[in-house]
Amino acid sequence: MQRVSISQLLRKPTWGRHVCPPSSSRSLHVCVVGSGPAGFYTTEKILKYHNGAKIDIVDRLPTPFGLVRSGVAPDHPETKIVTNQFSRVASNERCSFFGNVSLGRDISLSEIREIYDIVVLAYGAESDRILNVPGENLLGIHSAREFVWWYNGHPDCNNMSPDLENTDTAVILGQGNVALDVARILLRPTSELETTDIADHALEALYKSSIRKVCLVGRRGPVQAACTAKELREILGTKDLSIHIKECDLSSSSADEEELKNSRIQRRVYELFSKASASRHPHSISGQKELHFVFFRRPDRFLPSLYNSKVRGVSIEKTSLAEDVGSGKRYAVGTGQFEDLDAGLVLKSIGYKSVSVPGLTFDEQRGVVPNLKGRVLKNNSSHPILEDGLYVAGWLKRGPTGIIATNLYCAEETVGSILEDLEKGAVRPNRHGRPGLVQALEGRGIQYVTLSGWERIDLREKAEGNLRNRPRTKITDWAELLRVANG
Amino acid sequence: MHLITSSTQRGFLKRDCSPLSVTSGAYLRRPFSHYLWPKRECSTSAVENSVGSETKEKITVTFVDKDGEEKVIRVPVGMSMLEAAHENDIELEGACEGSLACSTCHVIIMDVDYYNRLEDPTDEENDMLDLAFGLCETSRLGCQVIAKPELDGMRLALPAATRNFAVDGYVPKPH
Repeated sequence: MQRVSISQLLRKPTWGRHVCPPSSSRSLHVCVVGSGPAGFYTTEKILKYHNGAKIDIVDRLPTPFGLVRSGVAPDHPETKIVTNQFSRVASNERCSFFGNVSLGRDISLSEIREIYDIVVLAYGAESDRILNVPGENLLGIHSAREFVWWYNGHPDCNNMSPDLENTDTAVILGQGNVALDVARILLRPTSELETTDIADHALEALYKSSIRKVCLVGRRGPVQAACTAKELREILGTKDLSIHIKECDLSSSSADEEELKNSRIQRRVYELFSKASASRHPHSISGQKELHFVFFRRPDRFLPSLYNSKVRGVSIEKTSLAEDVGSGKRYAVGTGQFEDLDAGLVLKSIGYKSVSVPGLTFDEQRGVVPNLKGRVLKNNSSHPILEDGLYVAGWLKRGPTGIIATNLYCAEETVGSILEDLEKGAVRPNRHGRPGLVQALEGRGIQYVTLSGWERIDLREKAEGNLRNRPRTKITDWAELLRVANG
Repeated sequence: MHLITSSTQRGFLKRDCSPLSVTSGAYLRRPFSHYLWPKRECSTSAVENSVGSETKEKITVTFVDKDGEEKVIRVPVGMSMLEAAHENDIELEGACEGSLACSTCHVIIMDVDYYNRLEDPTDEENDMLDLAFGLCETSRLGCQVIAKPELDGMRLALPAATRNFAVDGYVPKPH
């Protein structure tokens, strides 16, 4: 039997005309689980590098694009432009979208691996790191992930109803870009949000919000803050907002100077903090909202209200920085000095976490699938054994860090591993792909959403939005999404 | 990555490698992934004779990919390097399509002379450059480098994809 060589299948990704080889390319059936940046960049690269590949993208939601739709803030529409590129990939004749299909619930990992030659898991991180401190389950404490899903109209959070009316202060734990996003949404004049794709229920709640003060609390200092310059610059420039940064928090040690010297990102962030602190007015103008950057504090426990199980504040402990001798990383240690911050709303923005599915080896501590350059491991020991035909990309592979573009390089690595494995015969394509998936889903009565179904949702949302001078009005109810999708 | 400053190597090919029509300044949102679509057939001579491109001055720009392969193109004054790349099948990502909301169109100006002929990056561009992979001293965003006569002969390198691509743990070269 004639084998088609990889060099015939591989097209050099540079200048060329994309010429198909004279002989037909052998089919390769691929399933990508997850339709966010990791899933789409992976799909795009496989389509590019393998002429015979047919790719089915599966997503739990009826809508594609992952966190580009449900994570990127409503007032950052330019960051969502990348969905144009993803839509072109989805429209490729060798690609199909299957929305409303949940791995684990609707179809198992082992079944998918029987149906497809290659399976790439790119389903990201849909859970949260927890603090593990007393009072963490009090009402009024939410993860930032849920809060973001709520204002972005994710159907899992449309009934969340965070209480923005019982308090004038929100405490946000964490100082990364997600923390800044939620602070900004709480503090921006609502008139500025009216022309965005923010979910209706969130805008309604923000109109009635009594929150006037937001504290962004970080364990370490401005030198170590995880946010980046664009987001920090933006929030510091928010209309009618007074910024509070303690000057003493800005003093930098020689270890700090060393860190700053080695990182352009941190240097520019630190400069923004310094300028903001230096230019602040001594007194807030009455009626102005306030943003406080609270450095060198870690949460010790949450304080309940007297009469119910709602949070009324958080006890925080002052920290100082110590250095890990091995890695040189600087981490916070408690100093035994405590103080209370009053707040009726607490948002934990300390990191996302992936969830596992049956049949998958999972590193519970790091929250990732153990892998070697995207090849999934059967075990996590010094003698690693690889799973056949199973790969991973995105946050599930690397942990929940990085920007959208980080997935570009991540996908490149994973797809490189797939192509290597094909070339050396570690994967021998012999599955039948799509018909198997359709049969399994229809047999179980699963109402999967096709690309056309998503396009119906998209058109409806844009049409509704257009009536109200917004890019779209999101449909946030599961049943409604499926109704619109299926015409 | 070390700085490439050899201006003596700055020769350029006269051959026009652009098979696609170049319209007068208007940026067609040609998708980078258009190799996945049927190609439009368009002869070079037809391009040169079209009214729009005749009247527009053009400069010569060379793109060098991470394997060292070169492509020389003609770019009308006023067009960004990102648009020019897409017009000419050059693999340059542009996730945000030129809105200064990403760093995927990052290019490296190979000769510091040319780098110095550009306007300084704005804070907004620098904010995006912070996150670019393979950042170096003459890095710019391709969507912000606009063709002008002084840039004729410029050489742009596409950054090599690095293995170390986690944002935390990734340390850009000090500037």
